[in-house]
Amino acid sequence: MPKSPPWPWFLVGLLVFSLLLGSFFLHQAEADSVPQALEAEATEAPPLDSLTGFIATGDYQIVVANCTGCHSSQLVLQNRATANGWRDMIHWMQETQGLWELGDNEDKIVQYLATHYAPEATGRRTNLVVEDWYEIRP
Amino acid sequence: MGHKSGRRHFLKRGAAALTGSMVGLQVVFADRIPAGLSLLGLPTAGDIPGKRAGLTILNDRPVNAETPPHLLDDMVTPADLLFVRNNGIPPSQIDIDSWTLTIDGESVSTPKTYSLAELKQRFKVYDYQLVLECGGNGRSEFNPPAKGNQWSTGAVGCPRWTGVRLKDVLAEAGIKEDAVYIGYYGRDTHLSGQPDKIPISRGVPMHKALEDESLIAWAINGEDLPLMNGYPLRLVFGGWPASTSGKWLSRISVRNQVHDGPKMGGMSYRVPCKPVAPGSKVAEEDMCIIESMPVKSLITYPKTGGLLRDRRNLSIRGKAWAGDLAVRKMEISIDFGASWQEARLSPPPNRLAWQAWETQVSFPEKGYYEIWARATDTAGGAQPMVLPGWNPKGYLNNACHRIAVQVV
Repeated sequence: MPKSPPWPWFLVGLLVFSLLLGSFFLHQAEADSVPQALEAEATEAPPLDSLTGFIATGDYQIVVANCTGCHSSQLVLQNRATANGWRDMIHWMQETQGLWELGDNEDKIVQYLATHYAPEATGRRTNLVVEDWYEIRP
Repeated sequence: MGHKSGRRHFLKRGAAALTGSMVGLQVVFADRIPAGLSLLGLPTAGDIPGKRAGLTILNDRPVNAETPPHLLDDMVTPADLLFVRNNGIPPSQIDIDSWTLTIDGESVSTPKTYSLAELKQRFKVYDYQLVLECGGNGRSEFNPPAKGNQWSTGAVGCPRWTGVRLKDVLAEAGIKEDAVYIGYYGRDTHLSGQPDKIPISRGVPMHKALEDESLIAWAINGEDLPLMNGYPLRLVFGGWPASTSGKWLSRISVRNQVHDGPKMGGMSYRVPCKPVAPGSKVAEEDMCIIESMPVKSLITYPKTGGLLRDRRNLSIRGKAWAGDLAVRKMEISIDFGASWQEARLSPPPNRLAWQAWETQVSFPEKGYYEIWARATDTAGGAQPMVLPGWNPKGYLNNACHRIAVQVV
């Protein structure tokens, strides 16, 4: 019986192995290209006041006592400003919206807000943020 | 995005049960709380009367909530998806049998008062689809940041409104020759609780008041106005900042001067008369009242963050509008504005309604893409790709809408 030479089978085996290896890496590359969910911030999260969400350090209690009587904390938490910006807002509220005199507390409130809710450097236009990638159904 | 990180951070991480304490306690293990667990006591959109879950709540007092773009996919915005913007507190005791609308002011010939029933019977009733957009829609993107509600793209909608023409009501009362402006008054109350303070009282010049589409409205899509959108009666001026469309309407004054109610003057709903550099301090006398809103558009399908698997073509669609004008061209880019393709654009159902557009995009290869949408109005003005001119109060951001897509 004629003996079939071994090397064509060896080549076939190599080809099959290469295809399997190739498809494995291809799959890995696809899996890597799908982004993971946003990771939590690397830095330690500051403690939050459970009722209002204000960062619970320093003079936050003075802020809560004076700044959540008319509107909720969420109006404050949305905003970012310099010390001058926060002070301007306070003066506008005093002049037009019935906010009372804050006395010594004004400096403390402005200092707290300017420290914890200062403008962030965002450039001319920020990048898009996607929290949850999903499959678009055909 | 920077401005929202504080709020999102708060929503994701706060979850300790409330105690009786006035200021609340520190959330001690904040960083170990599972993501997505919402803080007790914080409202969800389902808690806003008349509104569907899915709106993004910016504030619970006063209530302000916006609509994510993918929920604005209907041609006619459903009432329970229309954004909510409160300057004060909506009225609580509403007796529609005793509700009246008074027309007065120094430039009215004969002051009139109507009940709701009289209003509906005495004047011809009209239906219009009209775009309502907050002047501050888009504020969250401005840098340096502007104070106020940090809207992203969702303070806009276009439901069908039913009412009578303001011009017909004013014609019956008679308008003197020196009439310049109308100003509205409503029955919402001030946040401070002070009964003599008015939360907001704005208006429009006579030429806008007398347009066919300027309505005194009582219904959205055939149903009573939601409380949060002005039940039982409001004004609707399509294409102008929505703060001109007074809610819980009880009085319209015909003025012989530019109206001067609260939030009409100062810096409110005004932009610098001449363009300024970002972060500039602008004097009040150099600020001009916003009138027609600028051209703008939204991609309402698909929702941002989509993975397109094993295919390269995608149908996309959305809406476009342009204040007092109309949209004449709609374009899409998938390469950050380097090239644009034109989309199919429908005419509006009536003047001052938004227009639907749709197209197909074809991605050349796998990867991360952004789809940018740019509308051009009938005067030739288009949306900017970066932010438009900075202004101290963060109004009128009509930069191109962007969504992210990955082809995998």
